[in-house]
This record gives sequence, structure tokens and C-alpha cells, in this order.
Amino acid sequence: MAAGSDGTTTTTGSVRVKRGLADMLKGGVIMDVIDPEQARIAEEAGAVAVMALERVPADIRRDGGVARMSDPDMIDSIIASVSIPVMAKARIGHFVEAQVLQSLGVDYIDESEVLTPADEANHIDKQPFTVPFVCGATNLGEALRRISEGAAMIRSKGEAGTGNVVEATRHMRAITSGIRRLTQLDASELHTAAKELAAPYDLVAEVAELGRLPVVLFTAGGIATPADAAMMMHLGADGVFVGSGIFKSGDPVKRGRAIVEATTHFADPEVIARVSRSLGEAMVGIEISTIPPEQRYAGRGW
Amino acid sequence: MTRLPGERLDRRRGAERTDLADAIAPDALPVGVLALQGDVLEHARALAAVGLRPVAVRTPDQLAAVHGLVLPGGESTAIARALERSGLSGPLTARIADGLPVLGTCAGLILLSDELTGDDERLARPRGLAVRTERNAYGSQTASFDVRFAVSGIAGGPMEASFIRAPRIDAVLDPSVEVLATVDGHAVAVRQGSIIAMSFHPEVAGDHRLHALLADDIRRRAGR
Repeated sequence: MAAGSDGTTTTTGSVRVKRGLADMLKGGVIMDVIDPEQARIAEEAGAVAVMALERVPADIRRDGGVARMSDPDMIDSIIASVSIPVMAKARIGHFVEAQVLQSLGVDYIDESEVLTPADEANHIDKQPFTVPFVCGATNLGEALRRISEGAAMIRSKGEAGTGNVVEATRHMRAITSGIRRLTQLDASELHTAAKELAAPYDLVAEVAELGRLPVVLFTAGGIATPADAAMMMHLGADGVFVGSGIFKSGDPVKRGRAIVEATTHFADPEVIARVSRSLGEAMVGIEISTIPPEQRYAGRGW
Repeated sequence: MTRLPGERLDRRRGAERTDLADAIAPDALPVGVLALQGDVLEHARALAAVGLRPVAVRTPDQLAAVHGLVLPGGESTAIARALERSGLSGPLTARIADGLPVLGTCAGLILLSDELTGDDERLARPRGLAVRTERNAYGSQTASFDVRFAVSGIAGGPMEASFIRAPRIDAVLDPSVEVLATVDGHAVAVRQGSIIAMSFHPEVAGDHRLHALLADDIRRRAGR
């Protein structure tokens, strides 16, 4: 709480303000960037926000080792280079990385399975933070557990750094069909559903009433083409994260803009066709079954 | 209208199906929400609540058919780029100059401002409102806030609204601009001719009283 000079009282960090910023991102594309130049390209392409990180997921996957929060200097330089919101990733459970990111003034924190988890039992307690969090989920129960911990936005996990949309499809369908199912249950069945989902009853009942999550739902993990982005919007995504798909492609400027236009006009196949022409090489994709289970990111977190 | 981001997921996806359609009177005037990006759904709900028929506007044809327009909250840079790419820039600038009733929140205020501070002045936008506005004037998201304040010209007591990475009106550039509300000494809601604009988000809290002002203006012009 703080008092303005004319006696008004202002409150920061409310649930409404945290979830509200995600509402303003709806219908948009959030792009992974590793330096100010990429951030400016993303903004010019029409991104609604950028995700600042040291290496895009495809490179994290290739290099192996422990992936951590980015260098504060790099995050500062990206914040200084664009007017759109800047997000940054903290490791699952690493609440001090999150405190550091909040002190740097990032606009959103992604508690992300793309980085190496710092805690194998607990996610960050996100409620006390002023900065809002987005978290990944593979199904409805996982999404509701993250919201209960304070996440103000949910995204599908997909399988980051693969350029293969199949896991994002699986997770979006699991979340949205889970929501549709809840809307059909009676009051007693909702209690059983809460037990099965391993999620708080109040949130389960709220989703059953709303017919959607109480926060914005984006998609992420493997989106590489304009058609991928539009398909995710049809499946119930409110917007799209693109990680390696843009800056690992042949022509990032053109592809970034094409994915933005396809997300805006997702229900218009003529627009998707027009923007899909002559995009150059898409990022090289990876068939999921060729990735050893211990190297799949979607299984991190629970 | 196809599904708007954020709408219920349990509806069968028919061509014209939206959960907003249920509550709207058959003779309600069609009023657009610029649906390129942002909190389109919240504004569509607000328009339905004040007796208008919300229409998603993504193309010049859709723009030509509406009696008024909301420029929603969102990212002003992204919306400005999308306006150019969808062929809406010219027609929208012309309709606003022509006196189309318009309401803008946050990003909408930025797009309507005749002047922006610093380098932001280069942002391509429709303009029409004689104010100078500073983007992200309150700082990053950690500085975003809720506040209660009085709004002149509306009944029902103070408004409680969210300022989310909000812009601020630094100067009013013409005496015909009426200041409806101030916070901390700065104008945050203004009206000039057919334009109402504010730096905050009444639609996020579900307060529809400023949308009701827009509805009054639209009905008066339509002779209803």
C-alpha cells in the first residue's frame, strides 16, 4: 500500500493486477530472445512480450548441463531495449532466482521446466511475490496446482526446443477436455474430481462454473510455424509462446511476423496461407520418441 | 464471431457461437471491439452489459459496419503493427476523424493520443485526442496498482480500477478536452467530442459505467 499526494491509496501486487497483465497479452505472441537485438526484432515483428534467456531451448537441449537463470546484465539490457513487457525464467523451486528477477524489475517470471529444476519436491510459493508468475502444465490438475501456488498465467509445457508441436497439442487437449468434463459434473462428483485431479476443491468448482481456467491459458513448447500457432488458438489457447522456433529458423524477421499474423487471424485460413509462403527454413524438428525420457522437459514438475 | 481468447471452452464451436450472444437484445446496435490483440473479451462483455451488440473488428469490412468502437487494453506496439498489416490504419483514422464514438483504455489511450513523449512519438497510430501521453509512465509490472478515485459525470460513487503498466496523460493540448478523473495530480480519464479514453482498466474489474457513457453517445447519434 502507498499513499498518493492527493490522498488516494494504491495497492500493488494484487491478484487482479497480476492476472490482469496476462489478460492484456491475450491474442498475442511471446518470443524467446537472447540479446537486445533479438528483442528489438521481436518487438518489430509484433510480439506482445519477450522472454529473456541465455540460450533458447534448442541450444539448452544440445549443450546439456545445468541451465539456470540468466545474467542480470543481459536481462537489464533487454529491458532497456524494448517497450513491451520482459519476462524471464527461474528454475522450478528456486525462489531466490525469482526474488532476484523481481528486484531487476522483470514484468513476469516463468517458473520453467526448460531450466534444470532446483527443487524436486516443491514449486515456488508464488503468492507473496509482487511480480506475477507463469507456469507450465501438462494437464488440468497440474495447472490448478500451479494456480493454487499463485501462478497468474498458465501455459502448456509442450516439449521445448524440438520444433515438434505434438506435445503441446497433447497438453492443450488434456487441459481443455479436462475443463469441459468438469462443466458436466454434479456437486458430489466435483469433490471426487478434486481428489482425482489432486487440486483444491474451490479451484475445481470455479473452473466448473467458468468453463475455463480462472487465469489466461497460453500454449508453449514446439510451436514452429504459423499453422502450428493457429491450431493452438483453435484448441483453446489464449495466445502463444514461441521459443526456438523463430531465431532458430532461416528468416526470423519474416517468420516472427508470420506467426504473429497467424495468431491474430487464426480462424482465417487464407491469412495463414498468405503468411506461410516463402518463409525459408523452419527450425530442424526432433521426433519426440527419439528423445530419451530423462531428457524430456515436460516431465519436470508435477 | 469466432471464439475470443478467454471465452468458455465448453461451447460447441459453431460459426457464430459465442457465450455473449445469449444476453443481447435483437435490436441492439452493433459496436466493435478492435480484436487484434488484448482484453477484447472483457470489453465485449462490458458492451453487452450496457445494451449494445459487441462485434469483433479485425478487417475494414467489419469496421465499416459498427456504430462505435472500443480500442481495448493490450500491447500498444503490437496493436499498432497489426493495424497496419490488416489494412485498418487508414479506415480507422478516417472514421475517428469523422466522429465515430470511440472508447479507449490503456493501449487504446496511447493509440488515440495526438502526442506521445520521447521516441514513442514515432508509433504509427490513428490519433484524434488532443493529449500528450507517456507510455509505461508508472514503471514495470511490479509498480502496477489498484486504486479508488472519483470520476466526474458518472453516478454510483468512486471507481476502483487497475493501472497495469499504465500510460499517463502528461498534458491536455486543447481546451475542448474534459478531464473526467485524476490520480496523483495527473489526468487519467478524459473526454473530447466523440472520444472517451482512460489510462486504466475499468473492464477488468467489471465496472461498466464509462462504457455506459459511450452507449449514451452512440444511441443519441443513432436517434434511439
